[in-house]
Amino acid sequence: MSQNHTPDNGTRITRREAMRRGLCGAAGLMLAERLGSHALAAAEPAKAPAKTKAKSVIQIFLWGGMSHNDTWDPKPDSGRDYMGEFMQVIPTNVPGIQLGALFPELAKQADKYSLIRSMTHRNNGHETAAYLMQTGHAPGERLAYPSIGAVFALFKSPGYKGMIPPYVVLTRAQGRFSEEGFLGPKFKPFATGSDPNAPRFEVEGVIARSISDDRQKARRELLGKMNTMGNEMEANPQVAAAENAKKQAYELILGAGRDIFDLSKEKPELRDRYGRHTFGQDCLAARRMVETGVPYVVINYPGGWDTHSNHFTTMRRQCPQLDQGLAMLLQDLQDHRLLESTLVWCCGEFGRGPKVDYQPPWNGGRNHYGNVFSVLVAGGGFKGGHVVGSSDAKAEEVKERPVYPVDLLGSIYQLAGIDSSARLPHPMGFEAHVLPAASEGAKSAGILTEIM
Amino acid sequence: MKTPMIVAVVFLAAAAVAAASVATAAEAPAAVAPVASPNVFESPTPPAPANQIDRIVFAKLSSLKIQPVLCSDAVFVRRIYLDVIGTLPTAKEAGDFIQDPNTAGKRQALIDRLLERDEFVDYWAMKWGDVLRIKAEFPVNLWPNAAQAYHHWVRESIAANKPYDQFVREMLTSSGSNFRVPPVNFYRAIQNRTPEGIAAAVALTFMGSRVDSWPKDRPQGLAAFFSQIGYKPTREWKEEHVFWDPLHSSATPAADGAKAAPPPPPASAAKPATPPPAAGGAKTAPPTPAAGGAKTTPPPPVAGGAKTTPPPPAAGGAKAAPPTPAAAEPVAAPPPVATGPVPAIFPDGKKILLLPNRDPREVFADWLITPKNPWFARSAVNRVWWWLLGRGIIHEPDDIRDDNPPSNPELLAYLEKEFVAGGYDLKKLYRLILNSNTYQLSSMPHSTVPQAEAQFASYPLRRLDAEVLIDAVNKITGTSDLYTSPIPEPFTYLPRDLPAIAIADGSITSPFLALFGRSARATGLENERENKPIPSQWLYMLNSSTIQIKLEQGPRLKPIFESKRKPAEIVEELYLTILSRYPTPEEVKNAEDYSTVAAPSGAGKAAKAPIMKRREDWIDITWSLINSIEFLYRH
Repeated sequence: MSQNHTPDNGTRITRREAMRRGLCGAAGLMLAERLGSHALAAAEPAKAPAKTKAKSVIQIFLWGGMSHNDTWDPKPDSGRDYMGEFMQVIPTNVPGIQLGALFPELAKQADKYSLIRSMTHRNNGHETAAYLMQTGHAPGERLAYPSIGAVFALFKSPGYKGMIPPYVVLTRAQGRFSEEGFLGPKFKPFATGSDPNAPRFEVEGVIARSISDDRQKARRELLGKMNTMGNEMEANPQVAAAENAKKQAYELILGAGRDIFDLSKEKPELRDRYGRHTFGQDCLAARRMVETGVPYVVINYPGGWDTHSNHFTTMRRQCPQLDQGLAMLLQDLQDHRLLESTLVWCCGEFGRGPKVDYQPPWNGGRNHYGNVFSVLVAGGGFKGGHVVGSSDAKAEEVKERPVYPVDLLGSIYQLAGIDSSARLPHPMGFEAHVLPAASEGAKSAGILTEIM
Repeated sequence: MKTPMIVAVVFLAAAAVAAASVATAAEAPAAVAPVASPNVFESPTPPAPANQIDRIVFAKLSSLKIQPVLCSDAVFVRRIYLDVIGTLPTAKEAGDFIQDPNTAGKRQALIDRLLERDEFVDYWAMKWGDVLRIKAEFPVNLWPNAAQAYHHWVRESIAANKPYDQFVREMLTSSGSNFRVPPVNFYRAIQNRTPEGIAAAVALTFMGSRVDSWPKDRPQGLAAFFSQIGYKPTREWKEEHVFWDPLHSSATPAADGAKAAPPPPPASAAKPATPPPAAGGAKTAPPTPAAGGAKTTPPPPVAGGAKTTPPPPAAGGAKAAPPTPAAAEPVAAPPPVATGPVPAIFPDGKKILLLPNRDPREVFADWLITPKNPWFARSAVNRVWWWLLGRGIIHEPDDIRDDNPPSNPELLAYLEKEFVAGGYDLKKLYRLILNSNTYQLSSMPHSTVPQAEAQFASYPLRRLDAEVLIDAVNKITGTSDLYTSPIPEPFTYLPRDLPAIAIADGSITSPFLALFGRSARATGLENERENKPIPSQWLYMLNSSTIQIKLEQGPRLKPIFESKRKPAEIVEELYLTILSRYPTPEEVKNAEDYSTVAAPSGAGKAAKAPIMKRREDWIDITWSLINSIEFLYRH
């Protein structure tokens, strides 16, 4: 277990210190503005973190909650009441692992990923479950914890030299329970906006539709002249800080940074293989970002999985895109020799009721279900070709080896070299750690050593 | 009329610089300085002490050999609008003030006018909203109705210029429904609703002090005063009574889980509409909680859940449950029932036994709210000074402790004395400070003495608060932003024309406000508001589609761009609108020379200087002004 810290493990930081670091320090973490490594020295416990295998993470978040028994944990023997319109299963390239028939592409890649079929937290509220899955902390506590992406931004920024912010979300933020928590606005994800499947991926703030490069440059020069007070007071520390931040912004607007978002630099055939839809191109954009070292990229699935009604139609529409984009992402990461150092995980905040609800108004829908559901993990130190745990015959409860949120997140942190017991800087100096300790009542069955 | 005025301003300011360096009044140079010099920002008149504040501050500056310089009228008009009403002056307001020949009295008159504006109330309710953590949602969980009611009460208190001692006493001692007796929400807007957590919030809010800097026994001793507060739900959704509860009648373990089955209303009153008698005469005219907040009236819990019906109630409700001591703080077991005297310790170390016949909150309020209390008036005047001058006399303003002394003790003592003598009249205090020449100094630093900043040798540069900045951009362009609260359902939307400074509830927000560091209203610390520049803010201002659309389509700008006036007149209008001042000749020329057509790849100097300007040129000129330090920063 990684969460065996004591409340006071000799690394206590004072409130003032925490505040300096967390809120008012030189801890500008957007873009290339980085924490000095010294600033974090005291936040990390003395014990050396495990070797870092995952340099970057791509999280594909299926907001709304994707059905598990229609997809990655099919139970063909459970009958039509459970399987509804998706009775068929298909084999994969790993003997013994089967998927729902909507995932032919992922079936060819099963050696690259493992499936957790015993994920559980028993929470059926969207926000609360999403909070649990991305912080590991129980919702309703007095502290609003930062999401895993914000924690990566905090710990990974010192060593990150890229121009793109360390925590990026394609394309829209998922909402407050996936955000910065008490770490403050600097740890918010940078949301790209726009659509990577559009003719031009107009990342908000980086690429402006109507403004040519010449005009950008002319504007910048004009601003230099019109900035009377700024020029008069350039020695003022406030002005210097502003100008420095502005310079970094221009590295993205007019410098090399924006090229990372220029998907036209990829071969058209490759873009086709990802799929000419938003999710497919999200995956391609994510690969381009991790290539330059961005520590944490979230693909917030474009479209929801909250299929209370119209379930089967929605699944028929969305699953093929998920299948195509995700399978190609894994293949492409491997082709670029990035899969070993890039951890990919994909799931919703919960699964969906394994028994189809044929009652009106659902008329064949599936409802929220947190008792058991599935997660796909790949790369970054996770072994491929395995199944962790299992659900019962009808996919209603965990049968073997429950996996709790702290187990999943703890595994990801460990592979990324982040100590789950490290203290987080809280503005009021409250005791707060990356993941809750067992003593705080967080359920755990241990990190995923079987696939690490 | 206007052109001579510009020359006059520039000339006078140039003279001031000359006077400052050579100490002789130079004759006006015929040619204006080629580069716009700081003199548009400074006044030629050497500052004489206008009141006692100045006598104290200037004496200190003189001992450091610092010669202070006053700001110009143009700087003053912008500064005073932003500081007093959080709102930009219009072009006309700025122009009229600058041209007003009554130089002796016009600044004072403007201060008086602004203190009576509606925006003054909005802006200061926003400031207090940060300190008092007025937020419906996570993590303080006031819930929408109560957040609206609380804000409404703060706003009314400011509008009535309620004496500060009374304002605080109402918060400390009121009892009743969170909807009907809004100041009780003080005790609800606290993340950690244990006696210790409440004590910490009281110390921070009203003593400007952080309990973790106190001697060990003091926080615990203070907590005793808040160990008999009861919270009891009613049958109204999210209504809660806060009251003196010496017998801990409300501290049942079921208090939180009671969502499914609310406990019966208070035995004494079958109707929750009758709150327990408010203590200390603090009963305020109960505002209708829905006033202005009709949109946020929460539905019965199930209403919004039609589409999410299936999850068992426990899950959907868990997120929303405001943590009550019983549920969220298992450590804080209900304190023993107070049958006899309870020992407590005042923050100054004085011990007292709390008798069972009096609400201990009143005992504490009696101790706190007296002229002799060393924290009460001090923290208030220090906070106001920090709000207006960007730095506390004790700094940070909410970190008052023995080993953090005031930079100018005489100044702090004087303000305290005036504040108490004036009957805790906040407007009087603002007036006193705003009319001082100390407040009206230039923001150009004229000294490298290390103590200059802490001794208020110049007015410090500060980025506009998120709300003020977006309001300014919207006012200039004639556009608006959408403010919503995604949680809890139903979603809250505000009227399009509501300025951001008037938003009641910290949960109601926009991407802009979040990006530009609006306070999260989680702790009440002043530094929760984050005004340090980060690159993604520049991406937004320089290059986002949102700003570009405002510039291209803003209905206030269009008529300016499309008017058939001379370019120099358009430039002047833009300067007055955006920077609240007239442009210098150099600036007019820069603008006239700019052309998107004639500027291939950075060769900025337009060879032919086209007379006809395109709309894009004006958009870019406007863009450059809203991205200037002068616009983005209070100065």
